Amino acid sequence: MLFGFPILSTLIWLPIIGGLLILFLGRDRDTFTKWFALSVSVVTFLVSIPLWTQFDTSTSAMQFVEQVSWVSQFNIQYYLGVDGLSMPLVLLTTFTQILVIASAWDVIKERVEQYMGAFMIMQGLMIGVFVALDGILFYVFWEALLIPMFIVIGKWGGQDRVYATIKFFLYTFFGSVFMLVAFLYMYFQSGSFSILDFHAMHLGSTAQILIFLAFLIAFAVKVPMFPVHTWLPDAHVQAPTAGSVVLAAIMLKMGGYGFVRFSLPITPDASMELDWLVIALSLIAIFYIGLVAMVQKDMKKLVAYSSISHMGFVTIGMFLVYDIVQNTGSIQGSMIGMEGAMIQMISHGFISGAMFLMIGVLYDRMHTREISAYGGVVNTMPWFGFFAVLFAMANAGLPGTSGFVGEFMVILASFKANVWYGIVAASTLIIGAAYTLWMVKRVFFGAVANDNVGSLKDLNKREFAIMATLAFAVVLLGIYPAPLIEVMHSSVANLLIQATTSKL
Amino acid sequence: MILKFLLTIILLSPLFGAVAAGLFGRQIGRRGAHTITIFGVAVSTILSAYVFWLFVFNGQAVYNDSLYTWLVSDGIRFEIGYMIDELSATMMLVVTFVSLMVHIYTIGYMDHDEDYEHSNPYYQRFFSYISLFTFSMLSLVMANNFLQLFFGWEAVGLVSYLLIGFYMKRESAIQANLKAFLVNRVGDFGFILGIAVVVMYFNTLDYNDFFAGLEAHKETTISFFPGVEWSMITALCLLLFVGAMGKSAQMPLHVWLPESMEGPTPISALIHAATMVTAGIFMVARLSPAYEMSEVALSAILIIGATTAFMMGALGIVQNDIKRVVAYSTLSQLGYMVAALGASAYAAGMFHVLTHAFFKALLFLAAGSVIIAMHHIQDIRQMGGLRKHMPVTYIALLVGTLALIGFPGFSGFFSKDSVLMAVGQTDTFGAGYAQILLLIGVFVTAFYSFRMFFLVFHGQESDYVKNHKISESPLVVTVPLILLAIPAVIMGLPMMDGIFSGSYFGSSITVLPENDVLKTIYTDQYHGVIDMMIHSLTTAPVILAFSGVFLAWLLYIKRPELPGKIKQACPRGFYMLDNAYGFDRFNEIVFEKGARKLGNYFWKSIDVKLIDTGIVTNGFTSIANAASALRLSQTGFLYHYAFVMIFGLLAMLVWVLW
Repeated sequence: MLFGFPILSTLIWLPIIGGLLILFLGRDRDTFTKWFALSVSVVTFLVSIPLWTQFDTSTSAMQFVEQVSWVSQFNIQYYLGVDGLSMPLVLLTTFTQILVIASAWDVIKERVEQYMGAFMIMQGLMIGVFVALDGILFYVFWEALLIPMFIVIGKWGGQDRVYATIKFFLYTFFGSVFMLVAFLYMYFQSGSFSILDFHAMHLGSTAQILIFLAFLIAFAVKVPMFPVHTWLPDAHVQAPTAGSVVLAAIMLKMGGYGFVRFSLPITPDASMELDWLVIALSLIAIFYIGLVAMVQKDMKKLVAYSSISHMGFVTIGMFLVYDIVQNTGSIQGSMIGMEGAMIQMISHGFISGAMFLMIGVLYDRMHTREISAYGGVVNTMPWFGFFAVLFAMANAGLPGTSGFVGEFMVILASFKANVWYGIVAASTLIIGAAYTLWMVKRVFFGAVANDNVGSLKDLNKREFAIMATLAFAVVLLGIYPAPLIEVMHSSVANLLIQATTSKL
Repeated sequence: MILKFLLTIILLSPLFGAVAAGLFGRQIGRRGAHTITIFGVAVSTILSAYVFWLFVFNGQAVYNDSLYTWLVSDGIRFEIGYMIDELSATMMLVVTFVSLMVHIYTIGYMDHDEDYEHSNPYYQRFFSYISLFTFSMLSLVMANNFLQLFFGWEAVGLVSYLLIGFYMKRESAIQANLKAFLVNRVGDFGFILGIAVVVMYFNTLDYNDFFAGLEAHKETTISFFPGVEWSMITALCLLLFVGAMGKSAQMPLHVWLPESMEGPTPISALIHAATMVTAGIFMVARLSPAYEMSEVALSAILIIGATTAFMMGALGIVQNDIKRVVAYSTLSQLGYMVAALGASAYAAGMFHVLTHAFFKALLFLAAGSVIIAMHHIQDIRQMGGLRKHMPVTYIALLVGTLALIGFPGFSGFFSKDSVLMAVGQTDTFGAGYAQILLLIGVFVTAFYSFRMFFLVFHGQESDYVKNHKISESPLVVTVPLILLAIPAVIMGLPMMDGIFSGSYFGSSITVLPENDVLKTIYTDQYHGVIDMMIHSLTTAPVILAFSGVFLAWLLYIKRPELPGKIKQACPRGFYMLDNAYGFDRFNEIVFEKGARKLGNYFWKSIDVKLIDTGIVTNGFTSIANAASALRLSQTGFLYHYAFVMIFGLLAMLVWVLW
């Protein structure tokens, strides 16, 4: 911790308090509200930078720890800390938030203070999820997060927002109840809600299986994995742009994070027993969902399905270790898969965020997301076309962009685990390129399709700045991912040891 | 240290030009864009020439060093670096030189464009793309590891995609570029799995470490199906070769190349003839130590190459678009190069890559010059008698054509004869088949090449030519033609000895002694270039080539009414050739429509019907019905719930923390 300054608490509460303040102060003062929200997000981002610069990469222990007793009679603590698995996600959150606020700038005209407030509160809660080291604290953040997102979609969403919000809410709520039960069980066994105590506790094989399944339901809904993924396309389609960005760039990562923070270290034996389930569902995501993405007529649905497909690389990468050990007799190679999965989460944050922001740019101008309403956009929006092709290529995993790094690593590791995993995973090279570039062709290339497209204005300065920032991030991570791997390294190594050490 | 610096300059100066012209095209204007990109590529060319001299003539030892570490995971270093030897130094010079010629030529070719208004910075964008291509191709050939190879591999694919679709208002262009990218991705699918095999068994991405580990893995097997064990090295070589089949357009992954002609002609010359499409051949030559260890892979390569060489050449006969004729000839020549690899004559394959780079770039740029003169008409039936109007282009195209058909003394003669001799000498499985197809291919090549040549330059002037002013292209177009014509004529002869004796490529290519057909020919049959040229006059290839030219003359100059009659006499044959053996239709029906059908089925029947309607909606509805007794007011219920929940939680938190 830097001079004893509680960075993590600041990162959680600064946006939440800011968000609450703006709810009361910002009414009918839109300009003030926007600048206030932007300032808070920038300050939060600046506060989060020391997490990176002061981070000790040599240890897998929790850093920047804050620990206070909260409900002492149940041994619930206000316990925060980050390691190499969570720290990059915290930075992804603070980084994305600035773009999220900026993206809504001229777009949201109705109840701006509530909109900004909701997003600011959401940011604090998301960071809370990533840094909480107490099960109940984690659960509180996890569940509380549903509410602002629910309000954002329900209030600023599209026509069928009620259906989408209810679906979103019920799905995720349904999933997380099981997680709570698992926490309670472990509390009664160990007498603590500390996640690190959960890691250390012994669990029998039946208990592990049940806990694993409870976690799986909670996290699979969040990621989302087939077959509990159908809430996501609806939620995305109905959500306003910023809502989609937060959903895709950060919220989905909470599912992936859950697997590495809970499933693998707490239930290693059950993970080994049931890894085939996660792997099978991941491969279905990569192949099946990829094909589903190809036939979508709505751009947002297409990108939503593409998100699910790309998250398949995250989940498969995390569970390859057991097959690799079984297949090759050594743990060598599984780290590539795990680190690839972690990189894929960060990269997907940038790319999916960028894709949804791009759709937002078009939607703000044309008020439709139908692919068939477009054609030849690049003729009237050349700069936008440039970014579109760049992000599309990143989405298709082109080397030199961040999209390649994680996919490449996970394909290498999958092949090592089982040649057929590798073959199915590598099919994304074709399918991912097909759905992404086919959309690019129909929306951006070709002659100007109609007068609406003909009168489009290219990106304004604000939009350009957002796109350029993301483009920079995507390319930088693509050509030099080493630093990011480095901060994860010790924690991933430790995680692999935890995941392969039997608790029986 | 100095060398590393030089190499980095060679690699990055085209990138610098590309970024400047691409992102600041409007600010620096047309002149600024072409000056800066040409300067960048010129710097690369000059330094590459120095590096070439250093490694090929001065006997500099192999340079292998990493530039930076991309990432380290699990003890495997993913690096970016250089491996420079005779092979890569030669490719670097060819790439930068042809690229420079194309850059200069582009000033003339892209000056006016009917697809774009003059104010559109399409011109700057084009220069940016070709410079970006040069960077990508250089990073591919300079790589010392599989990661960078794959980066370059995909990056050239990206630029190819952008350039085929350069005329993005044309539906045909954007269809072609999507197809090109996807077909290449099919190849890359195999390629990335090949790399996965390397990582799995060798725990490295570095070429040298990989080569060093090969011997120990001679007997290693890999199992794709339970109980079926295949040689790991064979699987590895074949998977990587699938990538080569995509990039170097070998059947059945050749379908993208003819359509790539939708792009502007300068890039057809640079990317789709001289350099990018030879990446597959380069890759196999680079990895020759691995390919040498797999007879099965070599056989497959030989057979695929020879089949492509013949079947694609035959399609050249029925093309009427000047660029398509040249495109099919490229496909066919790529087949020759690949066949040479299959015969373990990597040096001969690379030799043909080099000569082909010059004479095919020359042919394309000359064809482009014709297209400029014809005001962008590309149908050779509308040409005729152009010889008088454009003498420089005429001679350039003639030189290119003679080199292509292997006229004794021209560069293509030496390289193609090397390939044919090597294939004749080898005893790899399939050699007899390959030899016959390649020999017929020589006849076919000569025939379609001169068919085009006669139709364009000789015979009657067409109405179009009579009624329009046709004039020779400007100097920026003709000077590159002349500069390319020189190596197209002379470069074969001085290289001959070095290729056969193995001294040219030195240690950069590995051939097992028992496979070394070139060496065998060199010691048993070879008596110097002059002897070879004289001797060739009585051998099959040259006789076949001359007969091809004669037949073209007969059918298109002497008796121009004959082709129509022949076409009527065998409609089936022409139907088959006109449809390019039906590959496109097959792909369209099976893969394009099939994938969409499957996707729609998954989506509508499983996602929507089964999961959403069947389980989720019905499930929730029944729960809701059961809970109807507890139902609050319908509207606002969820908001209410939500707000109570968040405030409750926050209140609890605040209360406890207080």
